[in-house]
Amino acid sequence: MAPDTQAIVDARAIHKHFGALHVLKGVDLKVAERELVFVIGPSGSGKSTLLRCLNRLEEPSSGSILVDGIDMLDARTDINHARQRIGMVFQSFNLYPHMTALGNVTLALRKVAGKSRAEADRLGQAALERVGLADRAGHTPGQLSGGQQQRVAIARSIALEPRVMLFDEPTSALDPELVGSVLEVMRSLRESGMTMIVVSHEMGFARNAADRVVFMDDGLIVEQGPPAAIFESPTHERTRAFIGQIQRH
Amino acid sequence: MIQTFFNIEIIAAAWPIVLSGLLNTVLLSLIVVPLGLFGGLLLALLASIRHPLVRWPLMAWVDFFRAFPPLVLLILLFAGLPFAGLELGGFACVAIAFFLNTGAYYGEIFRAGIDSVPAGQVEAGRSTGLSRLQAMTWIVLPQAVRNVLPDLLSNTLEVVKLTSLGSVVAVPELLYQARQAQSLTYNPTPIVVAAIIYFLMLWPLVRLLSRLENRALAGRR
Repeated sequence: MAPDTQAIVDARAIHKHFGALHVLKGVDLKVAERELVFVIGPSGSGKSTLLRCLNRLEEPSSGSILVDGIDMLDARTDINHARQRIGMVFQSFNLYPHMTALGNVTLALRKVAGKSRAEADRLGQAALERVGLADRAGHTPGQLSGGQQQRVAIARSIALEPRVMLFDEPTSALDPELVGSVLEVMRSLRESGMTMIVVSHEMGFARNAADRVVFMDDGLIVEQGPPAAIFESPTHERTRAFIGQIQRH
Repeated sequence: MIQTFFNIEIIAAAWPIVLSGLLNTVLLSLIVVPLGLFGGLLLALLASIRHPLVRWPLMAWVDFFRAFPPLVLLILLFAGLPFAGLELGGFACVAIAFFLNTGAYYGEIFRAGIDSVPAGQVEAGRSTGLSRLQAMTWIVLPQAVRNVLPDLLSNTLEVVKLTSLGSVVAVPELLYQARQAQSLTYNPTPIVVAAIIYFLMLWPLVRLLSRLENRALAGRR
């Protein structure tokens, strides 16, 4: 991103230790408003941990994180309030199985955003509409396909009108024929101007939707740039090896 | 034989006494079951705070009251506390003993239920801004209770049966009243009647439990 644009996510010198394991070794990540950043890298490179540090699902060992101007690591920050601005979509969907699709989407609207049931239902229904599942509002997760479940999970996040959305391998648990519908929803989100940070191996999607690709390895950002640059002419040996590996498959 | 164990005249004579015992047993159950559930829930919620300062005393508490025979606990409260200047009635002693004893059992069941809910459920809730307590209330507990419903019901059956311990500290519940009637009539019929009443009262619960357990097994397959 250009140095003068306002960063909506500004993470600096993030370290994370799990016991003796040093998972993040000083990561800096700035994301501009409306930017779509793709984070790639081998498993164990720390990309999911980085994502989970941004909304403090993981507590970084050190560093600083500003999201939309809020200091996420300040003890005085109301983290529950701050998290409403940061949507998160998980690999395993994590829908609440005892609630309907609409119930999943409206829970935080009612309990966190303080909407009335009627207002929450209206907003929830609109969010389900945006992911193309308005007619599934009364279904429980068990009655939905994996792709539909993930779209409900996206609706659950966007209903809160977040300023940025984090995607943690959103399509990795899906059968291949269900991936497209989820990517379609992500594409329309991007077109609506949502700021997105995506950890994923969907290279085709990265190529034609991402503004920037970040390659991580061994707890560090090795290199980053426009998708074409990273995929066609990576400068680092490790990036080359990784790109070569995933493109052979 | 029937004259001895199922004497109609004695049933008629003892019925009011036995009936008042039944009412007290129901009343006692309606007090100790919610009390135990409440105590258990409290213990399980405390256990979900995984801080060592909470965890170890809690484990000691639960272990102690699961290992301690409830009858001994009851008699200790009833016969021991007066020496400390605290004279509680039989009813209160039963309530306290059950709160401590069955609360520990219910607590372990709730804890297993809470542990059975995947961590991703809480993470999803927290990521939308729910507090720890809100995530517990709206996301974890409903699933936890559903997962351990057969165990909760099974323990409840045990608790209702254990209310007969109240007879030891002169709480006029079903067994105590039946024994009163027996000693008044010099005939075991009232005890037989009490046994039949216990069975009729609990058998539907046992059936329900079997169905729940079968359904849980089928669900796992």
